[in-house]
Amino acid sequence: MAQSVVVQVGQCGNQVGCRFWDLALREHAAVNKNGIYDEALSSFFRNVDTRGGGDGHIYKGKICSLKARALLIDMEEGVVNEILQGPLRDVFDSKQLITDVSGSGNNWAVGHKLYGYQYREKIVEKLRKTAEHCDCLQCFFIIHSMGGGTGSGLGTFVLNVLEDEFPEVYRFVTSVYPSGEDDVITSPYNSVLAMKELNEHADCVLPIENESLFDIVNKIRQMISSGKLGSTVKQNSLVTSSAGSARTVQEKPFDAMNNIVANLLLNLTSSARFEGSLNMDLNEISMNLVPFPRLHYLVSSLTPLYTLADVNVPSRRLDQMFSDAFSRDHQLIQADPKHSLYLACALLVRGNVQVSDLRRNIERLKPSLHFVSWNQEGWKTGLCSVPPVGHSHSLLALANNTCVKPTFTELKDRFMKLYKKKAHLHHYLHIDGMEQSCFSEAISSLSDLIEEYNELDATKGGPRTDPSRLQIAV
Amino acid sequence: MSIVTVQLGQCGNQIGHEVFNAICSDVHGTHGLCSKKENESYHDACKERFFCEEESEVPIARAVLVDMEPKVISQTLSMAARSGYWKYDDRSRFCQKQGSGNNWANGYSVHGPRHKEVIMNLVQKEAEKCDRLGGFFTIMSMAGGTGSGLGAFVTQCLRDAFPTSFILNHVIWPYGTGEVIVQNYNSVLTLSHLYQSSDALLVHENDVIHKICAQLMNIKQISFRDVNQVIAHQLGSVFQPTYTAEGGLHYSRNPLGDLMETLVPHPEFKMLGLRNIPQMPENSLAYSTFSWPGLIKHLRQMLIANAKMEEGIDWQVQPPRLGSSLPSSHSTNRPLHFNTSIANLVILRGKDTHSVDLGSFRDPSLYTSWLNPRDAFNAWKTPRAFNKYEKSASLVSNSQFLLKPLDNVVGKAWNMFASKAYIHQYTKFGIEEEDFLDSFTALEQVISSYTIL
Repeated sequence: MAQSVVVQVGQCGNQVGCRFWDLALREHAAVNKNGIYDEALSSFFRNVDTRGGGDGHIYKGKICSLKARALLIDMEEGVVNEILQGPLRDVFDSKQLITDVSGSGNNWAVGHKLYGYQYREKIVEKLRKTAEHCDCLQCFFIIHSMGGGTGSGLGTFVLNVLEDEFPEVYRFVTSVYPSGEDDVITSPYNSVLAMKELNEHADCVLPIENESLFDIVNKIRQMISSGKLGSTVKQNSLVTSSAGSARTVQEKPFDAMNNIVANLLLNLTSSARFEGSLNMDLNEISMNLVPFPRLHYLVSSLTPLYTLADVNVPSRRLDQMFSDAFSRDHQLIQADPKHSLYLACALLVRGNVQVSDLRRNIERLKPSLHFVSWNQEGWKTGLCSVPPVGHSHSLLALANNTCVKPTFTELKDRFMKLYKKKAHLHHYLHIDGMEQSCFSEAISSLSDLIEEYNELDATKGGPRTDPSRLQIAV
Repeated sequence: MSIVTVQLGQCGNQIGHEVFNAICSDVHGTHGLCSKKENESYHDACKERFFCEEESEVPIARAVLVDMEPKVISQTLSMAARSGYWKYDDRSRFCQKQGSGNNWANGYSVHGPRHKEVIMNLVQKEAEKCDRLGGFFTIMSMAGGTGSGLGAFVTQCLRDAFPTSFILNHVIWPYGTGEVIVQNYNSVLTLSHLYQSSDALLVHENDVIHKICAQLMNIKQISFRDVNQVIAHQLGSVFQPTYTAEGGLHYSRNPLGDLMETLVPHPEFKMLGLRNIPQMPENSLAYSTFSWPGLIKHLRQMLIANAKMEEGIDWQVQPPRLGSSLPSSHSTNRPLHFNTSIANLVILRGKDTHSVDLGSFRDPSLYTSWLNPRDAFNAWKTPRAFNKYEKSASLVSNSQFLLKPLDNVVGKAWNMFASKAYIHQYTKFGIEEEDFLDSFTALEQVISSYTIL
């Protein structure tokens, strides 16, 4: 089985990452009753013999000490230190950290050019180490935010390094995009500069918007407090919950939102880790959902958000799960895929769901969705037998859809507002290696991307003329 | 003679497992409805074909399991061993850590050459275990990356290494509305390549089997396992021992050879469809009786009207009258939905097969004009009932059965190709646009050939 390495960069990246490792352990603990180190665990964890201070890798047999295949990077120490003092401290190797003290000041150039240059060698060395511990490294997951300095700048620097040093390994990036009311003034600059890197060096990007996460958290809170569900909601089934995980102290404010992203990553990799009747590996996701190299932004949605405690789920509820996956409330960015154009769509189902349920729902939902003319039946499906904790089944939908365009155009608008006035530019330009051309290239890259989506949208609803087939001389 | 099965990719391995299960459970079943002597002959013939018998061990399937990631093979091996009736040879497997990513080019151009030697060694070992090798049966899906791409490569290698052996590819046609987005590309590449090395392609369509599960088997929540079990039953009904000659005294020992001889007279026409009736839930079997005339009538109409199962057959479709003294090579006077055959094979299992009248299948109007109807139609029989069905009839047909599905797949693939979508994923691994064009050309040729029958 192939292994994946998680690289968490910056405050947001590390906070989300921390939730991911916590929930991953919880998931494996629920499935792996014998405490044997198996293939599924090995995809994200090493099994290490720490007796006598050793670091010997144990390939088979009982779990001794699990170490995350991760690299934690932050240019200030607060977040990483907290992780290392918390309940997950044993999961991380002290050698897997790169920290500094002063932070990046919400400045992409500081993160990318200054710290990038400074820490490149160290980053490469530590990445090599984690890669050596894998007998078949398949994928790097980068988790970061776009609006700040470290996650955005240094995070995309790491992306470049990964492409240079490990060109064969897939690069999946989970990026948290800033909202319109972001309190970091320079977040549009940071985001657009980072977008250029994502355009050119990432295999797949899963954009996330805090607003959407927030809405989902609120929706759940309302449902619970309104008493409609009463006490019958299974606590550990909430997509926002840390119940049953290692975090026992008072939940931090972003925990609920970060748990959603953590669950996204767990569901994404579930079919690669666990068995099922129709496996969907990570390289299949990139193969099926990226028709053209630059159009690799995937809108994700997770359902259900919670489970009621009753055991027998009639298939009507199952069908509701499929419908919800396409509703705008469940998307992790502010987008409405139903009213935009689909280039491709993937459905990864977990739990007790069979191919007939999948087919029935695809048939049912297809008429209301718009697919591009050359991919009318563009569905990729996967069935994984192991459900997530607290659920009997769940669905992750990934869509390559033109509904990402508004997110990008708004970003571009916010960028232009600042850039026209040259506001705050001097903070960037005085960093070694930063020039005006970095900005113009970045905005041009984003504009080109938006234009590609525009061209596709223009074909939506238009008359369909299939190209004529090859003629064979009889 | 023995058949070596090569199970490729997730689909190939999952189905292969069900096939051996079905064969084994049929052989051990007590519903043979024939004499003990007959049963024993059947048992022996089946064993020779599919299993290797070791001392004091359960029979070992003559199979090689290939997949690019380990999960499915591990599952398959352990499930087989748990049955207690048969198992796989643990050493006859090859897997890697990372799958083919649904990428035909990855399977064909990267994994194929890289692992050719190891895989062919395993095949060689299995072949050597056979006293007489009857040929190869490969099971694969067209939609994914390993079964399709690596499968096409392995088939080529089999042809090179065993130039005189028969190779039958069992190909699974994916659901029309997507299991894999690039399934049409993968299918086009697979079919065009298989056509060059294989002797015949025996096709099962997921959509069709799904309908059988829903409407005939009454399964509410259909899983891939259900689909695979129906497929396994249908394959078993073809490959279990039969007498191929009228008044034959021994079970035929060369099933693949016989199949090719009867059904594939011309290398341009290799697409074989399979129909099997009756199909019903196991618990209904005890309450149903069938007559041979009824079964034959239905099967013939299924052939003529291109029906996928015994419900919903269009009885209006009839073969054209043969009155014209000018043989027409272009079937302009045939109704469009009439299914023209090149050759057909009917397999009957159960009571009173010796008295069945198959004259209706010998009607020349069913066939193209190039073969004598006597040669275009064959029947294999056995009094030994199959898999608890008191009477069971199968039809393997080289006809226009697969014309429409083939045309659909090529059409969709061409549509996608015109926009160049996903092509970069293939060129990354060495399959260029010209390779696609070659494949399209080859398949348009096949479509054209079948259309003008």
